[in-house]
Amino acid sequence: MKLVIAIIKPFKLEDVRDALTGLGISGMTVSEVKGYGRQKGHTEIYRGAEYAVNFLPKMKIEVAVPSDRIDKVVDAIAAAAKTGQIGDGKIFVTDISHAIRIRTGETDTDAL
Amino acid sequence: MRKTLHLVAPLVVLTSASLATPALAEAAAPKVDSGDTAWMIAATGFVLMMSIPGLALFYAGMVRKKNVLATMAQTVVCVGLGSVLWFAIGYTLAFTGEGALIGTLERLFLAGMGMDAIHPAAKTIPEAVFMIYQMTFAVITVALVAGSVADRMRFSAFVWFCVLWLLIVYVPIAHWVWGGGWLTPGDNKPGILDFAGGTVVHLNAGVAGLVAALVLGSRRGYGTENLAPYDLSMAVIGTGLLWVGWFGFNGGSALGANSRAGFAIVATHLAASTGAMTWMFLEWWSRGKPSVLGMISGAVAGLGTITPASGFVLPWQGVIIGFIAGAFCFWACTKLKLMCKYDDSLDVFGVHGVGGATGVLLTGVFAAAAVGETAGLLEGNGKQLLYQLYGIIAVTLWSGVATFVILKVINLMVPLRVTDETERSGLDIALHGESIHS
Repeated sequence: MKLVIAIIKPFKLEDVRDALTGLGISGMTVSEVKGYGRQKGHTEIYRGAEYAVNFLPKMKIEVAVPSDRIDKVVDAIAAAAKTGQIGDGKIFVTDISHAIRIRTGETDTDAL
Repeated sequence: MRKTLHLVAPLVVLTSASLATPALAEAAAPKVDSGDTAWMIAATGFVLMMSIPGLALFYAGMVRKKNVLATMAQTVVCVGLGSVLWFAIGYTLAFTGEGALIGTLERLFLAGMGMDAIHPAAKTIPEAVFMIYQMTFAVITVALVAGSVADRMRFSAFVWFCVLWLLIVYVPIAHWVWGGGWLTPGDNKPGILDFAGGTVVHLNAGVAGLVAALVLGSRRGYGTENLAPYDLSMAVIGTGLLWVGWFGFNGGSALGANSRAGFAIVATHLAASTGAMTWMFLEWWSRGKPSVLGMISGAVAGLGTITPASGFVLPWQGVIIGFIAGAFCFWACTKLKLMCKYDDSLDVFGVHGVGGATGVLLTGVFAAAAVGETAGLLEGNGKQLLYQLYGIIAVTLWSGVATFVILKVINLMVPLRVTDETERSGLDIALHGESIHS
């Protein structure tokens, strides 16, 4: 089992969700996050005061998938989230050692 | 035919006067007018709405998230405490008697203000309506000052400030300019033209705010940290309420439902619109983007600047005044403040102080006798401009010096600033024990 963590542009969330649904992925967790990478930030001006905003709003998606499907899932996210502009985000993949569905007690791939 | 009428009319008056003096005296007696009274009651509500929720939203939207409630609390306490003080002693000291510097105690706790009482300045409405209308001006003026010390003033110190500043600064100045004091124009006495509070409200609050900002010192992180506003949409809503409320502020200052009130409202709205657009285009041109904060700042600048002039000027002059207001206040808030390095957090001086003084001077330039019975520089009465300048100097000096002394005295009782830790963690939780979101 693998955990895919994708940081994407907020307006790309629906595209990514559609792509994953098309692959038969039936669940995910999203959170609104802030951060920066190569895109850095921007400046905001309020009357005379100029502020550098370093942390930009992004969307974080977490999806748990069986190991044999990981390449398709990563490719789908990458294709759906891509604009070609700086700040498109990143995808991280890690191993999951154990998974449990709370309601039924099913474990590992049965729980996904 | 006309000539005959003119000749006959004085005769008729003379005859009736000699024959029936009691009837004439009766006619001259003040009589409450239902239209005037209805408008003034409505206008009172409008001006109260400018404080809560208007100013509360305008200010709270411009501070950081952790200080939103503390900022609103300052406006609420000004309304609550200020109103009771006005009832107890503020009104009588500001608006009774003809003392040059201060009024009398004749209406202490509104003593003697019966159902049929009428104030000499507003002969067609009940004195109770005049009193509460003026009350709403007093409370919003104190609340305006709070913008300069946002994010850092201790609430208990602000409560003391509210009491002392209202009585020692606002009340005498209101008496000087409006209540029959040394700056009030009279039958044979020149004075300052200030229709709705360019000196009494805006310049006064602006100067006090600047002094308070200097005495308290800058916010932590001013110039180095990001102090961006929490929610400018709240400030836009607040501006809308201020803008509409200003119709009561300036239109109500005609003290009746009449053409002068109508002209005041027209000039007010035009100046607000022009001020907003001037600021917007200046910012667009100089910084590349037209900000919403810029538009609403320009609107409030136009409104503050037209305040003394509304009721004295023609509609096109309102447009010119709004344009000058937008340009001057833009410069004051974006250049002057940075040059002088003071942290007037919400630009009370830059908008209200600069706008108020500018408006008072422009009133001396533009005053049209056809509207307000007094001519200004453009109609050949250059002296009026000097009276206006005189008023500005007097109000600036008293407001500046008295505010400084009041703050120093309060500082002997309770520190003016919150602790460093409170300022970092936010005033809402530390001072009021609550936060906007749970």
